[in-house]
Amino acid sequence: MIDRIKEQKDPNFYINDIKERFGDKILDTAHPRHSRIYILVDKKDAPEVVKYIFYEYAGRHSISSGVDTPDGVEILYHMALDNQRNIFINVKTLVPREDFRIESIGKDIPAFDWIEREIHELFGVEFVGHPDMRHLLLADDWPDGKYPMRKDFRRDF
Amino acid sequence: MKKKTVIPIGPYHPLLEEPEFFILYVDGETVVDMDVRIGYNHRAIEKIVESKTWDQDTFVVERICGICSTSHPFAYVQAVEDVAGIEAPPRAQYIRTIIAELERIHSHLLWVGLAGHFIGYNTVFMWAWKCRETILDISEKLTGNRNHYAMFKPGGVRRDFNDEQIEYALKRIEEVWKPNELITNAILDDPVMHARLKGVGVLSTEDAIAYSVVGPTARGSNLDWDVRRDHPYGAYDKVKWDVCVQPDGDVFSKAVVRLLENFESVKIIRQCLENLPDGPIDAELSEVPPGEGIGIHEAPRGEVFHYVRSDGSNMPYRHKVRAPTFMNLPSFKASCIGEEIADVALITASIDPCYCCTERVGVVDKSGNRSTLKEADLIKLSQEKTELIRKKLGK
Amino acid sequence: MSLKMKAFKKSIWVYHVACSPCNNCDIEILDLLTPRFDVERFGILLVGSPRHADALLVTGMVNRLSKPRLIEVYLQTPRPRVVFAFGSCGISTGIFAGGYNTEGPVDKVIHEVDPEGVIVYVPGCPPRPEAMIDAIVKALKAI
Repeated sequence: MIDRIKEQKDPNFYINDIKERFGDKILDTAHPRHSRIYILVDKKDAPEVVKYIFYEYAGRHSISSGVDTPDGVEILYHMALDNQRNIFINVKTLVPREDFRIESIGKDIPAFDWIEREIHELFGVEFVGHPDMRHLLLADDWPDGKYPMRKDFRRDF
Repeated sequence: MKKKTVIPIGPYHPLLEEPEFFILYVDGETVVDMDVRIGYNHRAIEKIVESKTWDQDTFVVERICGICSTSHPFAYVQAVEDVAGIEAPPRAQYIRTIIAELERIHSHLLWVGLAGHFIGYNTVFMWAWKCRETILDISEKLTGNRNHYAMFKPGGVRRDFNDEQIEYALKRIEEVWKPNELITNAILDDPVMHARLKGVGVLSTEDAIAYSVVGPTARGSNLDWDVRRDHPYGAYDKVKWDVCVQPDGDVFSKAVVRLLENFESVKIIRQCLENLPDGPIDAELSEVPPGEGIGIHEAPRGEVFHYVRSDGSNMPYRHKVRAPTFMNLPSFKASCIGEEIADVALITASIDPCYCCTERVGVVDKSGNRSTLKEADLIKLSQEKTELIRKKLGK
Repeated sequence: MSLKMKAFKKSIWVYHVACSPCNNCDIEILDLLTPRFDVERFGILLVGSPRHADALLVTGMVNRLSKPRLIEVYLQTPRPRVVFAFGSCGISTGIFAGGYNTEGPVDKVIHEVDPEGVIVYVPGCPPRPEAMIDAIVKALKAI
């Protein structure tokens, strides 16, 4: 499977394959430019989709980013397809304000380990199952409940 | 149960750049576990850029790292161009490529020098840094500064090259080839180097994939990944060059990748300077529409990744920056365990992190007694091991 | 002039502290050691411990995590001691002013523990190696 996929350079192939594989779980897809694919999924399905891309497409986890929006924190998993395929698949999911939790991928794939710690301390998203949620970037005496990358953050301590 | 010793290393190191704190758990001479504490250098850049305009951000991201001071702007301007849906004119693309490759040579030479120092070859350190000055001279002539070139802007570049500058750069770039050949041969032909570096700190291909490492660290582990070729941008698809891949995943492989890449960089610069197209250098970006974009660039240490989201105002809504060391650093948890303490300095250096370890080494044994050793201890251990090998080989 | 001051001025030993820099000042400091500039001719030596040093070369602004470390290193340095604040960030926090992790420029942090501390400002982003040598020479003349 992987060898055949490594030759596949058509972005539409990946969009169709993911739609076929996951069906209703894919809420929306966008394809604004040749090499950029955005896929919107629910947060409970995100780890499954990301792992599928990682293992079946031989995708490289470039990074994940958190974005603070009015509804909650959006998390984007940027998966790069190398070997001259020139495609970025971005799996987007929303962690709503009511329930700041999402399943960890870092517990299975070490490439996600650090970035989950970073998103945890900067945005306050809890990664369920992550073995090590200590501070990564901030000082050890950083006050609890202050998440600097949230838009409503004020430094008043 | 055997007694386990804990060695904290850092966070200040006399020789290298950034502060960092490692904790090694050792059993005798063997490392059994390892932990690292970063954050001594956290400057809140992702938050600061949200309060600056699109043009100002170029200067902020340039100051993420002094050695990669082209890589971050390069990725950032591509991300903004991705949002705006424009492309920089060809002349600007060539100029960007030239600056980026100059930076790659000076960064790799810097690394070769420091790696030489770590194994006790101070001559290599002095030679490599002397050769590096040539590159800084060219950069100064072309851009006006030795580092922090301030050449990039969303949509193009800020300054054009004139004929005199191009001629100067073409002449001086040839001066890099010979010393580089000398250093490469000195390292590749030396049996001591082979004995010291081969089989040390192996990062297997499977581990490299699991950790998603990038750049020379991945290419030293038999992964044929290079963003410049796989996701073409700039002028990289218009010039001839090769991706250097080595199969073994040890320190030697990574060193060879970097040494050979220097020659490729010289080739790229030479071709770009000779075939520099005429035309404008700026696409005149006037506003950034709402949307999101991704920019990538193969920095000397690996892929730099920038993600920006715009809400249509004159500032980014979100700007995510990922430097290559962020992906490479966790991987030496896989490559250091089972190795000797004397090799740790070398293995951590082999991924070329934006800093390297030792300063104040304190040995804490399990009962909590603490004795502080003299500084630069790991480097000394490493240098002593080289000396030992040299004697064994009768050199 | 006391013997201590004479020894201090003849051969100044420096220790390099990177607070939260962008590396650029740091690689230019390393550049001073290599053949083109070679400051060892003037007796300026980079040492590996603050206890051996006469001067601290501090680069970058000070962040929350590195502040206690900088103070500790400063207090370990034997008297007479002098601090060089390198680059725009070291002098004034520069481009990082207002960030949530910024604790302040070098002089503010040092003066918190030692109001008498001597600070030499070396502006530039990064300062050129020539400017760094010049700063050290000027500082030695002024003391």
